Amino acid sequence: MNLPAVIPALPHADRAEAYEQRAFGFWLYLMSDALIFALLFATYVVMAPNTDGGPTGQTLFSLSRAFVETLLLLFSSAAFGVAAVAMAAGKKAEVLRWLLVTFILGLAFVAMEIDEFRGMVLAGAGPDRSGFLSAFFTLVGTHGLHVSAGLIWILVMIGQIAVKGLTAPVASRLSRLGLFWHFLDIVWVGIFSVVYLPGVM
Amino acid sequence: MLGKLTIDALPFYSWVAMGGAVVTVLGGLAVAATIMRLGVRYTWSEWLTTVDHKRIGIMYIMLALVMLLRGFADAIMMRAQQAVAFNSDGYLPPDHFDQIFSSHGTIMIFFMAMPFLSGLMNLVVPQQIGARDVAFPFMNSVSLWLSAAGAGLVLISLVIGTFSTAGWTGYPPYSGLEYSPDVGVDYWIWAVLIAGVGSTLTGINFIVTILKRRAPGMTLMRMPLFTWTAFCTSVLMTFAFPALTVACALLALDRTFGMHFFTNTGGGNPMNYINLFWMWGHPEVYILILPAFGIFSEVVATFSRKRLFGYASLVLATASIAILSFTVWLHHFFTMGAGANVNAVFGIATMVIAVPTGVKVFDWLFTMFRGRIEFHPSMLWTLGFIVSFVIGGMTGVLLALPPADYLMHNSVFLVAHFHNMIIPGVLFGYFAGYMYWFPKAFGFKLNEQWGKRSFWCWVIGFYLAFMPLYVLGFMGMPRRMEHYNAPEWQPYLIVAMLGVCIILLGIVCMIVQIMVSIRQRNKALDLTGDPWNGRTLEWLTSSPAAPYNFAVLPEVCDRDAFHDMKVHGIAYRRPARYEDIEMPKSTAAGVLLGAFAFLLGFAMIWHIWWLAIASALAAAATLIARGCNDDTEYVLPASEVQRIEDGRYEVMASIVRAGATEGEPVAARKPSLERAT
Amino acid sequence: MQHENAETGHGLSPYITGLVLALILTAIPFALVATGLLPKPATLSAIMAAAVVQILVHLRYFLHLDLKSTPRENLLALLFAAVLIFFMVGGTFWIMVDLHHRMMM
Repeated sequence: MNLPAVIPALPHADRAEAYEQRAFGFWLYLMSDALIFALLFATYVVMAPNTDGGPTGQTLFSLSRAFVETLLLLFSSAAFGVAAVAMAAGKKAEVLRWLLVTFILGLAFVAMEIDEFRGMVLAGAGPDRSGFLSAFFTLVGTHGLHVSAGLIWILVMIGQIAVKGLTAPVASRLSRLGLFWHFLDIVWVGIFSVVYLPGVM
Repeated sequence: MLGKLTIDALPFYSWVAMGGAVVTVLGGLAVAATIMRLGVRYTWSEWLTTVDHKRIGIMYIMLALVMLLRGFADAIMMRAQQAVAFNSDGYLPPDHFDQIFSSHGTIMIFFMAMPFLSGLMNLVVPQQIGARDVAFPFMNSVSLWLSAAGAGLVLISLVIGTFSTAGWTGYPPYSGLEYSPDVGVDYWIWAVLIAGVGSTLTGINFIVTILKRRAPGMTLMRMPLFTWTAFCTSVLMTFAFPALTVACALLALDRTFGMHFFTNTGGGNPMNYINLFWMWGHPEVYILILPAFGIFSEVVATFSRKRLFGYASLVLATASIAILSFTVWLHHFFTMGAGANVNAVFGIATMVIAVPTGVKVFDWLFTMFRGRIEFHPSMLWTLGFIVSFVIGGMTGVLLALPPADYLMHNSVFLVAHFHNMIIPGVLFGYFAGYMYWFPKAFGFKLNEQWGKRSFWCWVIGFYLAFMPLYVLGFMGMPRRMEHYNAPEWQPYLIVAMLGVCIILLGIVCMIVQIMVSIRQRNKALDLTGDPWNGRTLEWLTSSPAAPYNFAVLPEVCDRDAFHDMKVHGIAYRRPARYEDIEMPKSTAAGVLLGAFAFLLGFAMIWHIWWLAIASALAAAATLIARGCNDDTEYVLPASEVQRIEDGRYEVMASIVRAGATEGEPVAARKPSLERAT
Repeated sequence: MQHENAETGHGLSPYITGLVLALILTAIPFALVATGLLPKPATLSAIMAAAVVQILVHLRYFLHLDLKSTPRENLLALLFAAVLIFFMVGGTFWIMVDLHHRMMM
């Protein structure tokens, strides 16, 4: 079909409605993802006793490391909040600065997690050692993959804001990234409460 | 370089396998030839990259029909084997027979039924709620191509390597690396995982569409019943598919990285897989059947010329089925060894879920009561469904009793039961929808004579094929037998084979129906957009609908919105003026993501790590590029809308002028073509 | 929800409140485990209680959920997901623990 010339400008109300629909759709995705995590948690709890004579949480987990990881992610979540407030005020430089803070804190979290995993694998406690470790690596690793995807997304948004400025579509994407980032912090609350704290006891 | 993939993966080891491979390759060539004939550029720009929900719907249904043929070929091969395999090996070696029953189930559930229902939802729901498109047209295209990628993996397993022998449910530890070291189970896992992600996205898309994009005036309790069932199905898809994703992903981790989720050793627990799988598996049954219930509700009201009886009770029944479906999953593994309390709770929940279904049957019966029933093929499918489905429902309640289940479990009684739900329930429903909405998609009606022939073949074939299996189940025949030595089973299996042959005739009738209808389409053109004197909004649009569906969004004042408009003579009123319409642009990102998902799956199956990483990166890059794109819409100017709409009113006016002597319903209704002032 | 920031103009204060509350609710369980102050079952209950409250804090102060301004369908979706998590996780524990008792003991 031959379509006539493109005319951009659109009524503002339609746009707002479209962003609202995207926010709701993304919220539904988060709910669906929450179920994935819930089932991974359930699987972990079921399999936690199945250490097959191998190392247990008591020997593998470090309370201080989990605490630092928790703080990194929590402050990263709060830093995103500051960026969101700056966005509402239309302060581009400030948004960029706080997104960078969010990114660095998140990156430090992922780095600590990779280091933890590496140490465990080197110590002969890799995911193929026992059912317990398979469940541990999968649950914590899935969260880590989500955080890593979030980091890439933050970089993409930093790029978009730098190039396009705080336009309506960019702001709408940033708000969904915010939902994602805070959601991952909630999942982490579950992880330190179900995996690390009972694990070291 | 190519991982585990070597020349041995080609099926030179058996004539039957090679035959299957040749047919698959020829099928692929036929698709390529069709694309060449239509023109590569046309196919690419108008179909493969489209985000129009109507075209996506049509492609979904085409995929479903092709996969139906493939799944049926598996079925007839199994029946033929069992008909002859008394005290003999038959013509299929055990390993091959196992692949066939595994692929039959996988294809029919994931790649026939799921695309069929997604296709019907795509085609109908936006038009039924008076919307111009789904909420997320691009994501819709991604869903389609992920489904197609999964289907592609199943099909290609026939040519390169083998398919799973672990059944469509893939239970470990048999499906684990220890007992199934070849790539078959990996094909199954990746096909199901990829298609499952597509289904989750479809679910999200339709929840938002239905909740946020309804025409003004369409309250929830004015939504047509098919939209209601599509909504409940979407909720189930969004919230149940995560369980399948987890089950399959963990099995993949076991197989690919040597983890111990479901293994016998190393602290694994195979029963947890079964638990996770059916947490998705039971809602899946309702994902399939609810839209069929919606179709029957539309069809029965239209062809009884009556308002649907008990609308509110149907809505309530649908919603309660949707919620209850999450509470019964253990009935698929009563014999796992759970205690009496656990089994009793899930058994009672299962019986409770039969109640709302029973309510629905009465509603359909009362809708027909004192109606002027027209025996259109869609109505025949509906009648065949009501009678047959009740039988399947009763055997289901029987199986809900844990003690009875202990006797019937894993026998062909179970096979008969769920085919009794899925063929007359799900499949007849989709066929009814296919024949009912075909004119809406293509602008001409399907030949009714061949439709009726197809129906009678299917219904008779179904009874002949599956009633003997109930008897055989009571006689103790287990499912999935490659050969047997009980002489009393064979006569029943031969009758079942005959039944499948009659179903084959039914399929032939459907193919003939399409060919005859295309050839004689000029005699059956649907110029008004309302071939059946319909009651719901999708019949207000032209057939096929304009890209924007509705030039002006309709105002809804009643439950049967379009019927109400016709009664008040305002159905075809021309608006004073048209406005610009915002439309989503076509994009290649969806089809590219599907292609990368296919490559990723293929690479993971064969352990071609560089390809896996490359395709994952390519998919991520495509997503990011799409995510940065602010220019995803164009505006169809009012003048163009006016041109399209004027054309439609011209056609309708010509029908009125011609007097429409052949009993066209439009003649009686006299669309008012005056311009509203 | 975040995007409502622009409209309703949340300031920094909810984030600060949320951060402080979250820090306290993190410190309590970590301290309990580190010091071994309470017996094991009591510590476990305290961890779970703190986690549930902290999740609510995150939802309220970081995701800005509240019963008035958040769209109803978002709350319903959250409620539905919570019910399903209860069914699925609770059902899994019930089924698997029951099985464990019958199979291995």
